[in-house]
Amino acid sequence: MSVATAQPTNISETHVWPEEGATRIPDWVYTSQEIYELEVERIFRGKTWNYVALEVEIPNPGDFKRSHVGPISVLVTRCKDGSIAVVENRCAHRGAEFCRVHRGNTPHLVCPYHQWTYDLNGTLIGVPFRRGSDKQGGMPSTFRTEDHGLRKLKVATRGGTIFASFAQDIESLEDYIGPEVLEDFDATFDGRKLRVIGYYTHSVPANWKMYVENLKDPYHATLLHSYLVTFGLMVAGNRSKMARDAVGRHGSMASAKPEKLNLDSEKKAELRQFKSSMQLNDGRVVEYIKEMNSPWSAAFETIWPTLIVQKELNTLGMRHVVPHGPNEFIIQWTLFGYDDDTEEMVRHRLRQANLIGPAGLIGLEDHEVLKWVQTSVRKPDTRAGVVEMGAAADGVTTTMLTEGAIRSMYRHWREVMGV
Amino acid sequence: MSSPVKARADVDLNLLREARQEVEEFNLEYCRVLDEGRIEEWPNFFTEDPLYRITGRENFDGGFPLGVMYCDSIGMMKDRAYAIAKTLVFSPRYLRHYITNTRIVSIGDDHSIESEANYLVLQTQLGEPTIIFQSGRYVDRFIRSRNGLLLKERHCVYDSTIIDTDLVFPV
Repeated sequence: MSVATAQPTNISETHVWPEEGATRIPDWVYTSQEIYELEVERIFRGKTWNYVALEVEIPNPGDFKRSHVGPISVLVTRCKDGSIAVVENRCAHRGAEFCRVHRGNTPHLVCPYHQWTYDLNGTLIGVPFRRGSDKQGGMPSTFRTEDHGLRKLKVATRGGTIFASFAQDIESLEDYIGPEVLEDFDATFDGRKLRVIGYYTHSVPANWKMYVENLKDPYHATLLHSYLVTFGLMVAGNRSKMARDAVGRHGSMASAKPEKLNLDSEKKAELRQFKSSMQLNDGRVVEYIKEMNSPWSAAFETIWPTLIVQKELNTLGMRHVVPHGPNEFIIQWTLFGYDDDTEEMVRHRLRQANLIGPAGLIGLEDHEVLKWVQTSVRKPDTRAGVVEMGAAADGVTTTMLTEGAIRSMYRHWREVMGV
Repeated sequence: MSSPVKARADVDLNLLREARQEVEEFNLEYCRVLDEGRIEEWPNFFTEDPLYRITGRENFDGGFPLGVMYCDSIGMMKDRAYAIAKTLVFSPRYLRHYITNTRIVSIGDDHSIESEANYLVLQTQLGEPTIIFQSGRYVDRFIRSRNGLLLKERHCVYDSTIIDTDLVFPV
């Protein structure tokens, strides 16, 4: 057990929030090992619903997928009765992270070290030489297999997505996300069967919360990304929405691409990334085909703590953020379409996927700048970031010129962390 | 496992060697252009209707069509090159390509070539040690033009399970 968990009251003494309050974020939220360990305890092992997989990835009994809850390795399995289980990928015996593949199918879970065997639900069903051999050795008669299963998580599903929680007494997934954000979530997961078109994973040398903030920060979107600005995908002045749940931890950042981009010269002057000379040879990469019951051409739901549901035009995906210490995170991307997509629609999604991810014509710029921020906050000269945009009128807004969603996320974070 | 000699019994060994040399010379030039950062010349190595994709082995073997980078028109390749050269925001970096184990898979009646080769890409960024950025293989299809070979298809299939931050340049 870490020092942080043994003496939780000390954290507020060692980590003091700047007196300006919500409009400042101190560097230590991104760099402190103590804070990170407390996050694992209070957030990832606490009362949160964490995205782990899509149902379509484990359609048949015995199918499993290796996933994460925060930094903790878990297995998502389809049990013999068709139900879904999520268990920790850590043998109850000596702790080996025994499953070493992305996905597969198996009748039961076996740790190769000493062949301890669990059913797909995580219940221990086999301990070799439990009774010893030739009346020698073996487990004492008091050893009960019931006490040594894999740690089981609570499971919830919605529209083909699977979430898990270490907290057995957590509210329902619907109550957790709340109606404000569920609206956009449900537009993507409207009951149609999904079809995974592929995966990739990359690491970013920055704190995991920075990535979540990035998707709650419409201010940067209109300034950093020349593709968004020049092709009208997300520009100040587009019809847009910044929604959040009542608690303030989840959000939805949505925007509608206009039929025709109409930027006045004053706006263009503010948008240095507007490249009037940039013309596409192949415009299909920014073409939007309306395909769901949503007024938005782009919508990003940040489901606290580590899921971003991505709809950038017709490229749909789950961005699953996996913290890896305070100074690095990994994103596991799962891109998907619908099972009834035509071949041409699949192609369209593949082309449009060029906008996002580690090679994304939009996305890669985010990962670059997060790295630059982390480089600074890691320096011993501890300061605080400024998040004052839109602070005069906080709440749910239609403007993109606000950092309100970041402020509300940290209000919740501070409450949970006790700092 | 089938014997490589037996599998190729119907192919003239000299033709095979010639094709391998041609592919290797093509790749020398391809690497030089990328290593020197002449990104806007990169589309010149492809036909007018190419398929260029960088994808993980997991996708390639599992039949998932996604690419980290995916271009199925020469226009898309030019747009990608233009963005890298002119508009994208990223830290500058040097890349160095090493291609080995070039293997001719087949030679078509129209003299098109299917081949594979291993690649290694090293990346160097300001103030950081040089890293092995990607280890993988090319799965290629070449056709012949008046000016020599052109890529009709190039799948860059990387083994690396985690990409370090960003894949800015094509491989």
